[in-house]
Amino acid sequence: MGLLAMFRRTPPTANLAKERLRIIVAQERSSRNAPDYLPLLRREVLEVIRKYVNVDPEAVQISVEKEDGHEVLEFSVALPEK
Amino acid sequence: MSEIIVVTSGKGGVGKTTTSASLACGLARRGKRVAVIDFDIGLRNLDLIMGCERRVVYDFVNVIQGDCTLKQALIRDKRLETLYVLAASQTRDKEALTPDGVRRVFDELAADGFDYIICDSPAGIEKGAHLAMYFADRAIVVVNPEVSSVRDSDRILGLLSSKTHRAEKGETKVQEHLLLTRYSPRRVATGEMMSVADVKEILGIEVIGVVPESPDVLSASNAGTPVILNAESDVSQAYEDSVGRLLGESLPLRFLEEPKKGFLARMFGG
Repeated sequence: MGLLAMFRRTPPTANLAKERLRIIVAQERSSRNAPDYLPLLRREVLEVIRKYVNVDPEAVQISVEKEDGHEVLEFSVALPEK
Repeated sequence: MSEIIVVTSGKGGVGKTTTSASLACGLARRGKRVAVIDFDIGLRNLDLIMGCERRVVYDFVNVIQGDCTLKQALIRDKRLETLYVLAASQTRDKEALTPDGVRRVFDELAADGFDYIICDSPAGIEKGAHLAMYFADRAIVVVNPEVSSVRDSDRILGLLSSKTHRAEKGETKVQEHLLLTRYSPRRVATGEMMSVADVKEILGIEVIGVVPESPDVLSASNAGTPVILNAESDVSQAYEDSVGRLLGESLPLRFLEEPKKGFLARMFGG
């Protein structure tokens, strides 16, 4: 690190990396053991919803949760702000 | 019975071969009989890092296909007498690698009294990577504190828990360890790089070593001398500690903080 480097600051982005990873890794883990049809189902549900409301592709989340021995298919759709 | 250790990562260029070479040397230096195998069929590189590239006559695929004996293909290290390298094939199709073939080679190594078989995995999640991890007892997941490497490592952890012989047979699971490389304590201190704790928290497995970013790694590969053999280097000591932990020693992590520099060194670089 030379004289110039002492004045030049790189923005601290490590926390941003960590937050983004936390979300994507959790999402990928939950879909790891999920049924194969999930991505297609998600795409089709998104298309149906988009006939009525213009939502973001990210706004539709589908996951399969295991609770007390049975599986629950969970949908969550975030509607755009008015 | 020999212990099979896969060095893997998903992402390329994070230091799998450097790590395989150094851990193999470290174990051999402690008197263990070690075979280190390059699984990157078509892109042989372990031989260069180990400095034995001109002594490769037969390779892993030759052994599997019965073109030669295992003894003929194992290259004995010139520095450590209990260390042997099995090179990847440079020309053959990677389809030549089969689970049965790999198993036979491992069984023969075990019968020959090898204590450790280190499998240097290729990048990616294709056949070579799959076979490198398939029979593993332990996995060392090499990761850089960087988003794509961490994500790929998580993917690999998923495969280790589902696509290995142990997972398929319902045996005790593959023991997983994280090894961080290219770690820059200075950049962690300024918040530019994720810390060991951050990476550990995201991936949720135990850390077996942290290797600092250092020009010594390039010098070592230039020379064909595994970096662990350069005793003066921090990198060497970090790998040596990892070998100790692999053998069950409980050692604190080192090189997590930037060495203190004097005022002049900071002003003018040093």
